[in-house]
Amino acid sequence: MEKTALYNFHKNLGAKFVSFAGYEMPIQYREGIVKEHISTRQTAGFFDVSHMGQLFISGDKSSEKNLEKIIPLDLKEIKTNQSKYSFLINDKGGVIDDLIITRVKGGFNIILNAACKDNDIKEIAKCLNSESKFELRKDLSLIALQGPKSESILETTVKGIKELKFMNGNYFKFLEKEIYVTRSGYTGEDGFEISVPNENAENLTKLLSDKGAKPIGLGARDTLRLEAGLCLYGHELNEDISPIQADLKWAISKRRREEGGFNGWKNIKNDLLNGVSKKRVGIKPSGRIIAREGTKIFSSSGEEIGVVTSGTFGPSVNAPVAMGYIQSKFAKVDNKILLEVRGKKHEGVVSKLPFYKKSYVK
Amino acid sequence: MSEKKYSKKHEWIMLDGETATVGISKHATEMLGDIVFVELPEKGKGLTKEEKAAVVESTKAASDVYTPVSGEIIETNQPIVDDPSNVNKDPENNGWFFKIKIKNKSELDTLMNQTDYEKFIKDNPN
Repeated sequence: MEKTALYNFHKNLGAKFVSFAGYEMPIQYREGIVKEHISTRQTAGFFDVSHMGQLFISGDKSSEKNLEKIIPLDLKEIKTNQSKYSFLINDKGGVIDDLIITRVKGGFNIILNAACKDNDIKEIAKCLNSESKFELRKDLSLIALQGPKSESILETTVKGIKELKFMNGNYFKFLEKEIYVTRSGYTGEDGFEISVPNENAENLTKLLSDKGAKPIGLGARDTLRLEAGLCLYGHELNEDISPIQADLKWAISKRRREEGGFNGWKNIKNDLLNGVSKKRVGIKPSGRIIAREGTKIFSSSGEEIGVVTSGTFGPSVNAPVAMGYIQSKFAKVDNKILLEVRGKKHEGVVSKLPFYKKSYVK
Repeated sequence: MSEKKYSKKHEWIMLDGETATVGISKHATEMLGDIVFVELPEKGKGLTKEEKAAVVESTKAASDVYTPVSGEIIETNQPIVDDPSNVNKDPENNGWFFKIKIKNKSELDTLMNQTDYEKFIKDNPN
């Protein structure tokens, strides 16, 4: 079991640990998931996401072209320090992983899911030639700072970050070392992700904590992202789900949607032209019933039409929230559905996403 | 009222005459974290010892609550259904789950007293 550079720091903060993707990660701290969630929405919270892969790819123009085989973005249109959300696509048009890619001097930084990163690198390597070099940066930690007070907290520690726009990044100095900060996140709040050398990760996090940011575990990370309607790999996304089914058409660049030229194009093109038979939707169960992953979804006439992929109680919405896949003809917002929980069918409706309104700095 | 007893599944029970009040232990609430959903049995329902009686859900997962004794459900605690955080706030008093008309008082003898329960959770931390 691997540990991040902040393991002892978490321990001292009273973290409860779980094993996640081969890492011992904090699921919650002393205050618990609901308070951590609310703190992130009302002030700011910091998250250790160092288990995620930070892949640096360098190379020439051919690397960019080759990467486009597996990433359906118009990479040449991404400006230096600009970030984009997209995915690695397999031959069937399914999602190998979802990612954030940022153009930096000399190449690209790609943030990958912890459970997928080793396989991702193999899949990416298949597309690249010997001109390209890639390195999984195990010497770097990744700290997310999220919530409305993130900017004021981070600016006192790292001057200049307030100039960053959403989905943009830059290099800054912290304790004489270079760090890379992007304005992005996974909570539906304004915030930053900070790539910092392992030896300074605790110093940085301690400063954020001293300035009022609360430690947030994986438990609240999940409730926050679910309220924000964001996908979690292995739940809303997998190798058998296409980005079009996942309602993530926007994460494929316009030129690529017209020209193709990436893995699984045949199937994606078909999805784009002819529509999809099932799609990802938001789901609001009525009352307080929680429809968890695996909950079967039925139409009001009793026909089985889909399944829940993530579900919990949303502390800011103050109601249960879920996402899942249902047959497209039932996917209209406000459509009544039934959710089978512990053998009983409970009412619910298809909901627009996100459940919680975002406040990104544009 | 008699002594409060505990089951290995972390329910507490307190007998008062022919009826007993049942809830989940403070230790159980600490293990579960924030409780966000409670489902209670219907009044009049007959249950046997260790049968599923209620459901609690935290943000993380759903767990069953079992009845530590056999009997008939005579009352349930609606305030914990309306606001499940009431269970976390006061698990062993106001956060009670149901009252059960007890069938066989000798079933209580198989349960632990507070000292034994504290030892039990120390030996079985999860």
